[in-house]
Amino acid sequence: MALYDAFFDAEIPHYLTRHEQGAIHAADGYARVTGKPGIVFTTSGPGATNLVTGIANAYMDSVPLVVFTGQVGTTLIGTDAFQESDIFGITLPVTKHNYLVTDVNELPRIIKEAFYIATTGRPGPVLIDLPTDIQAAEGDFNYPKEVNIPGYNPTFDGHPGQISRAAKAIARAQKPIIYAGGGVVIAGAHELLLTLAEKTNIPVTTTLMGLGGFPGAHELAVGMLGMHGTYCANMAMQEADLIIAIGARFDDRVTGKLSGFAQEAKIIHIDIDPAEIGKNVAVDVPIVGDVKRVLGELVKKVEEQEHAAWLAQIAQWRQQVPLAYIQEDDGDIAPQYVIESIYKVTKGEALIATEVGQHQMWAAQYYHFKKPRSLITSGGAGTMGYGFPASLGLQIGAPDDVVFCIAGDGSFQMNLQELATAVAYNIPVKIAIINNQYLGMVRQWQEMFYRRRYSSVDIQKSPDFVKLAEAFGAVGLRVEKPHEVIPAIEKAMATPGPVVIDFRVRLEENVFPMVAPNSAIDDMVRGDEA
Amino acid sequence: MKYVLAVLVENKPGVLVRVAGLFARRSFNIESLAVGKTADPSLSRMTIEVEADKQTLEQVIKQLNKLINVLKISNLTLEPSVNRELVMIKVKASTTSRAEIQQVVETFRGKIVDVALNSLIIEVTGNEEKLEAIQLLLAHYGILEVVRTGKIALLRGSKTTKNGEDKKNGKDVL
Repeated sequence: MALYDAFFDAEIPHYLTRHEQGAIHAADGYARVTGKPGIVFTTSGPGATNLVTGIANAYMDSVPLVVFTGQVGTTLIGTDAFQESDIFGITLPVTKHNYLVTDVNELPRIIKEAFYIATTGRPGPVLIDLPTDIQAAEGDFNYPKEVNIPGYNPTFDGHPGQISRAAKAIARAQKPIIYAGGGVVIAGAHELLLTLAEKTNIPVTTTLMGLGGFPGAHELAVGMLGMHGTYCANMAMQEADLIIAIGARFDDRVTGKLSGFAQEAKIIHIDIDPAEIGKNVAVDVPIVGDVKRVLGELVKKVEEQEHAAWLAQIAQWRQQVPLAYIQEDDGDIAPQYVIESIYKVTKGEALIATEVGQHQMWAAQYYHFKKPRSLITSGGAGTMGYGFPASLGLQIGAPDDVVFCIAGDGSFQMNLQELATAVAYNIPVKIAIINNQYLGMVRQWQEMFYRRRYSSVDIQKSPDFVKLAEAFGAVGLRVEKPHEVIPAIEKAMATPGPVVIDFRVRLEENVFPMVAPNSAIDDMVRGDEA
Repeated sequence: MKYVLAVLVENKPGVLVRVAGLFARRSFNIESLAVGKTADPSLSRMTIEVEADKQTLEQVIKQLNKLINVLKISNLTLEPSVNRELVMIKVKASTTSRAEIQQVVETFRGKIVDVALNSLIIEVTGNEEKLEAIQLLLAHYGILEVVRTGKIALLRGSKTTKNGEDKKNGKDVL
């Protein structure tokens, strides 16, 4: 209460959402697009616990957030007081660090530290729990100039000897591949990555989080890798004799079955977090450091290379199994066609937030992200309900850009209350619901691995999204025929304010290629077998 | 293999739960854990015995290093060190068995710290083998209760696990 009373006079832009989860995802979207920390305030108890998913989501994807939660007064802590929850204890495993403030005089130092910890090294969420008596207390404001945290010293510069070893390994490699992750985007190392790839003619695959870190339409780009990666990217990883992992963490969705992963390859791993190196796979050349600084040094040490035979092989794989789908003129709308149409109409310049599920994978496959921070998506946690509120933060952080939220009909319903926020602040996001009336990704797994026993995935009985949009005061459009897709996207873009487009797509389309869980990544279901 | 780590931490609320929680959620096995203040009262020292293979140990150290309240980690297994644990054993003692028990305790250089009509409390300090051995012998008379402190350890010689050096990425202690 005391804190919000102070907001009454403060000249800090403040957005009130309809749900705390909406607030934290919006702050997360803002942080991802700007690179600046997102800030959230909630009350104690349920207000604080409603943040937990959003904090965990930000932690998994290394997003800088500073989260302030209310807490019962210091004398009431531990008594099960009204709206008390141990948010400090609850968020220990999902924050980079957290604080419970018990002395108002420590608050300036704690706030300074929290922002420093959240934004440096491997970024992440930091939570500050503020008991009500601390909020109301008065103290002298001594904001420290420097932070002094003896237990926190991230390594920024890579070890020169290891960088030289990496350069030598690159010089020797016949079939090298760069595997770039979200760390490239976070560190702002995209230009250096491009320089490295072009100088050495090494193909680049990106993780979901790395999309946009390397231009998607570049001739050296082989697309995303892993469970729904391109045939070309997965084959190249498996055949490579050298993998240069940059700001990526060998997640299980990337490696598939570890014992069958890239067995021929030596591995160079560059990451700011030492704990990621050697966690899942053994590494030959570990380099701990800021990706941008390390690449800056590495680029100087590598020599120009051709790799003609290897690139010819890559081109062959790319041609052999391209990403493909069928769109008949008068048939059902293919969901991939909607995404490709958004790509065409926006000329690839829009900023995209996605929800989680099939539409997310299609967005990753068919929106060829050109620039960093243009895809905002829940990678590590896979949080359905993330994308729409995140798109609001994204638009707030990038007010001059066109923002599309590509959503599933399932995910969108998990935080649709934030339509009220979008309308209240006139945040002009365009929400493209890829509506297949199923929890589509789960349905796909049930089709492929559980003999089509569709258990609890049918969500046909959902609201009329057009009327729903209108009820909130937004514009709603419905699209049922392929020829209506592009005009609807154009209309949405021409309409000021938030627009919901309900794309009624083919019901049982699958995401291909697909690597079944616990399979090696070159063991792909391509979708064209039959 | 079992490794003994000395972990220097800030003496602040919640630090123990941060460390213990980390072990639990990453499925690391703690064999024993002992905590106490250091010469500098703002710092505590944890002695953690971990059962792990080399790769897991590397993760344990790296993940511990990520905790902001952790200042320094030493792997005491790699170098000569003195390892001790204190145990107190309450054992059944009749008038006839008492003398025998006393002999056992003397052999192990332990102490009898409490005498009652039907029982004794025995205090012994030593390494794990010694404590296991005396426990095995005393079991013969009937052990009523055992409490152990968990292992503590110091490097031999003048080298110390002190604050002051930068945290490393874990490579230096493997």
